[in-house]
Amino acid sequence: MSKIAIKVENVSVKFNLATEKVESLKEYFVNFVKGNKRKIDEFYALNDVSFEIEKGDTFAILGSNGSGKSTMLKVISGIYKPTTGSIEVNGTIAPMIELGAGFDMELTARENVFLNGAVLGYSRTFMQQKFEKIIDFAELWDFIDVPVKNYSSGMQARLGFAIATQVKPDVLIVDEILAVGDAHFQEKCEKKMDELKSQGTTLILVSHSIKQVLSTCKNAAWINKGKLMMLGTAEEVCAEYMKNKDL
Amino acid sequence: MEYLKTFWKYKELLKELVSRDLKVKYRRSALGYIWSVLNPLLMMIVISVVFSHMFRFDIENYTIYLLTGQLIYNFFSEATNLSMTSILWSGSLIRKVHLPKYIFPLSRTLSAFVNLLFSLAAIIIMLIITQTKITPVILLFPLPLFYLLLLCIGIGLILSVVAVYFRDMLHLYSVFLTALMYLTPIFYPVSSLPDYAVNILHFNPLFHIVNMFRDIVLYGNVPTLRANIICLSMGIISIVIGLLIFKKKQDDFVMFL
Repeated sequence: MSKIAIKVENVSVKFNLATEKVESLKEYFVNFVKGNKRKIDEFYALNDVSFEIEKGDTFAILGSNGSGKSTMLKVISGIYKPTTGSIEVNGTIAPMIELGAGFDMELTARENVFLNGAVLGYSRTFMQQKFEKIIDFAELWDFIDVPVKNYSSGMQARLGFAIATQVKPDVLIVDEILAVGDAHFQEKCEKKMDELKSQGTTLILVSHSIKQVLSTCKNAAWINKGKLMMLGTAEEVCAEYMKNKDL
Repeated sequence: MEYLKTFWKYKELLKELVSRDLKVKYRRSALGYIWSVLNPLLMMIVISVVFSHMFRFDIENYTIYLLTGQLIYNFFSEATNLSMTSILWSGSLIRKVHLPKYIFPLSRTLSAFVNLLFSLAAIIIMLIITQTKITPVILLFPLPLFYLLLLCIGIGLILSVVAVYFRDMLHLYSVFLTALMYLTPIFYPVSSLPDYAVNILHFNPLFHIVNMFRDIVLYGNVPTLRANIICLSMGIISIVIGLLIFKKKQDDFVMFL
């Protein structure tokens, strides 16, 4: 068993901005007749980023809006393939990039627990065993057979968080999601994350809140405009980030 | 081998997605799943009334002739249409969770297939009402349906990829489906066509499958080896092409959704 949970090596992700534009045949035809070459605007969301995260670490990724934090998380969870470079992950990942991704709004909470469980790769029998605990944690017994479309966003987030954390993942990825719940639930989530941490789960957190980063994370990376600016302990990186937040 | 392992891991998800589709389809309708049987029956009544008064075709047992053709065509149209939009509509999920993406077109085709299986009850009802002679050959009915399923999975995979890059396909495809409907002998007999038209029909996979299905259900003929080979190879070719295209493009999708 290696001690490294995640190894990111020279990862770059290139987006092709032009792809959003030419989508229909008409535009394509017009451009073709006018002799316009399809402009290819390349944009590097991540540029040659390398770092390692040790097992059991709590790691924060800091950066302003559009700096590439979420792209980094998506590369780690395997949603984006890096254009160049490589990524190595040891263990199972529970991505919480958005809570309740994959809920079907027409279905009830009860049905969605099983659907979402399957999305995360858990079997029906497994989810049945965990069902009570999930609803207990989300405190949604009163609304168990209500279609999720009638839930508030906070309630959806509670259900999503409860499902994703019922299993002990090796790596838990959290992307600024806890902002939606009320204070009572945020506290519960932090407690749950502490519990997972003490059981050896590696935690990767993306946040704007310096306070939250300092209170939960040991190490941190600061990404700006796709480039890795700094790597170090949470205190050092936060201090440097605050100094240069207008960059 | 690696692929089979991931497929096995996600079979639960496939099951959940199929049951989701079925639940959502008839949610809040009073008759629910009965619609899968009732719908083809009612359509059959409408079409057979129209065609027995306006254009008369000399077809024995016209209602079942119609029903069999209609069920096959409707399944094809539903499965491929749903598959085509499956990747686009699952965009929010694909951008947030790492999953094998072929699961979306596949689950759509399978839920349409389950729907088709329910609809078979309509054929049974009509066989009883019209007192058609039933032979043991009818037990071969899963054969053409299996070939059809292969065909639809393959075409669904191809369409789901095409729709991501070329959204106009969504509109174009409905025109294609109408053309296909007239190129399939659903409500007219093949004998009513001129020779050149019959030659064109031979390029339509649905033509062969509908023929085989009718041979088995309606006429009690065991399908020939040749018919089996034609249908099976069409199914396999479409799946192989579908998988190749899908595999080549699947990591690229997420940038276009």
